[in-house]
Amino acid sequence: MSTLHTVNKSPFERGSMATAFGHVLEGDAVLTIEDGVYGVRKGGTFAKTIAEALARCEVYALGPDLAARGMKPEDLAEGVKVVGYDGFVDLAASHARVCAWL
Amino acid sequence: MAEAKKKFLYVNRKAPYGTIYALESLEVVLIGAAFEQEVALAFLDDGVFDLIEGQDTAGIGMKNFSKTYRALGDFEVRKLYVERESLEERGLSQADLMPIVYEDENEDYAEKPSIHLVDRAEMARLIGESDVVLSF
Repeated sequence: MSTLHTVNKSPFERGSMATAFGHVLEGDAVLTIEDGVYGVRKGGTFAKTIAEALARCEVYALGPDLAARGMKPEDLAEGVKVVGYDGFVDLAASHARVCAWL
Repeated sequence: MAEAKKKFLYVNRKAPYGTIYALESLEVVLIGAAFEQEVALAFLDDGVFDLIEGQDTAGIGMKNFSKTYRALGDFEVRKLYVERESLEERGLSQADLMPIVYEDENEDYAEKPSIHLVDRAEMARLIGESDVVLSF
């Protein structure tokens, strides 16, 4: 059974997002929340990391955290999906475990 | 209670004295050990610094809790997985880590190593095989 990985820090400040993607298994999901959403903007340093990860797993960003930071769905790297708090709950419930990368 | 044992994995990714995460993790592990679950610890990223030999905190006024890792075997915590890539990125090898052992009651209390080096892919599998992941 698969894992939901959460990332809540900007990848420009620390390496937790890179570590999360380094430990993702086929079929897992990565949800960026809080400052983690800065990592899934299109055209940034991590666009390539995300594109590679999307071949193995789903990548999400939490909508309210995007909105709070002035980001719109069209600002995100291609393939990254936006979910609300309800989607966060669904993701947590549909995976066997949650692994937080702090 | 006839509840099945769960596999707990404590993920340690922070160095010991700059933040409180590593000490908090260790305290939660010791509390959790009382509940007779299957417990393993993972050390990756800066968490590998938690296990480094020769820590001396006398000059910074903080508790040197590194010795506590060596007592984990007495609390049935006998699986410490250290990520090889994280060590190498920091110029470290297993020789730089404290020797942490446990006594195997099934083999006349022979001392056995608790630390196991694993590569990143193996670490990913360990996460994927756990029932509960607690991150620090």
